[in-house]
Amino acid sequence: METIPLNSPDKEFIREVQERSGQNVLTCYQCGNCTAGCPYNFAYDISVSRVMRLVQLGQREAVLKSHSIWLCASCQSCTTRCPNNIDVAKIMDVLRHMAREAGYATERNIKAFGDAFLESVEKHGRVYELGVTASYVCKTGRFWTDIDLAPAMLPKNKLSIKPHEIRGKEHVSEIFKRFRERDIAKENR
Amino acid sequence: MSISVGYYPGCSGSGTSVEYDKSTRAVCKKLGIELNDIDDWSCCGSTPAHTVNHTLSAALSARNLVLAAKQGQEEVVTPCPSCLANLRTASRKIEDETYRPKVEALLDESCEKAATVASTLQLIVEKVGMDAIKKAVVKPLKDLNVACYYGCIMNRPPELMQFDDSENPMAMDNIMEACGATVLPFPLKVECCGAAGGMPRKDLVTELSGRLLDVAASLNTEIIVTACPLCQMNLDLRQGQVNRANGTSYDIPVVYFTQLLGLALGLSAEEVGLSKLVVDPTPRLRFAGVL
Repeated sequence: METIPLNSPDKEFIREVQERSGQNVLTCYQCGNCTAGCPYNFAYDISVSRVMRLVQLGQREAVLKSHSIWLCASCQSCTTRCPNNIDVAKIMDVLRHMAREAGYATERNIKAFGDAFLESVEKHGRVYELGVTASYVCKTGRFWTDIDLAPAMLPKNKLSIKPHEIRGKEHVSEIFKRFRERDIAKENR
Repeated sequence: MSISVGYYPGCSGSGTSVEYDKSTRAVCKKLGIELNDIDDWSCCGSTPAHTVNHTLSAALSARNLVLAAKQGQEEVVTPCPSCLANLRTASRKIEDETYRPKVEALLDESCEKAATVASTLQLIVEKVGMDAIKKAVVKPLKDLNVACYYGCIMNRPPELMQFDDSENPMAMDNIMEACGATVLPFPLKVECCGAAGGMPRKDLVTELSGRLLDVAASLNTEIIVTACPLCQMNLDLRQGQVNRANGTSYDIPVVYFTQLLGLALGLSAEEVGLSKLVVDPTPRLRFAGVL
């Protein structure tokens, strides 16, 4: 079992997580409800209650380099069941934001999928599913991903061959542009 | 009864869940609800946006709420729980006067006038009601054992969604019962199906959707009823992948609640888009006398 040295807590990290999530992580008393209900616990390297504890202890590297924060699907089970009303899923979201900003992506394919999705929205205004798939394949080199679904999908005509362009696509792409220019990461809550 | 609301179909409505969009429109029309599409609506950003940045996510969603208000719609409904969660979160953020300027800065316009949001499921339950549905049923779903699967975010977190129960929702159960179906007590109603993991981490989806199918099968479920495009895709389109991963051989149809409701209201198989489903529900529906 991996051990994490608990000396020298990164207090700035604790402050940043609290401020950006708007949550008081210090009220977590490790009851374990979040972990007990987490459907992804079987795949996590660090259980969600342990992630909370590591945040309290200011362990920036251990938390931001974990796989768990990428595997969390925001199912809201933890948030719904926390006896102290901590929005745990929001904290997991904020940790992902911070991991991205720090250049960590322990689940590269999950990040690649999200990136491909948003690029599609930025370009067309709406998601273009075939475009997302093509872009994801290019980013990851996983050419055979879901190829087995083609025989079931193609006869159903459920995937549009062409993107769904909207008149306001420039407006949408400007939202992304302004987001990158402003570096609102730090002012986000 | 005359109800008129704004309608946000969501991106999957013109792609992988065309039958949800189609049956939603047909059912609403039948129930006297006028759905007015938000002209030029854009993607809410879905899960990828809020995992990158909350203000970006709010701005992408808020664009649609502002558009709707400009088009004279005070309330918008959407069939998709993921769109619903994003739109509601954005709505909450722009109500907060200290947060609103951050969203407005990205959007480059005022958010003071923005529509409120609910799901089409909530609209049908609260504005039409079970008594009216019972009266409108012309083809009861008798002899049909259904399990209603809500997915994880239709009702959670409760403080945001403000509808139904977060652990044991009953909206779809009640609708199906009003249609004459036998509703099974499905204990995994709000468990996650694996969400958008299908492409990047298929193993997560085959494990989590596999659990749902295992339990549904153990209850002798004839049809699973859903309200979420992603849940439906994982359980229906990916049912073959789940079977291969887990050594099972299920062929349980997974339909949208609007499809079964539509059939009970007298709509045709074509009008509710039954042919778009991967696991064919028609043999069971014929056997039960619904088709």
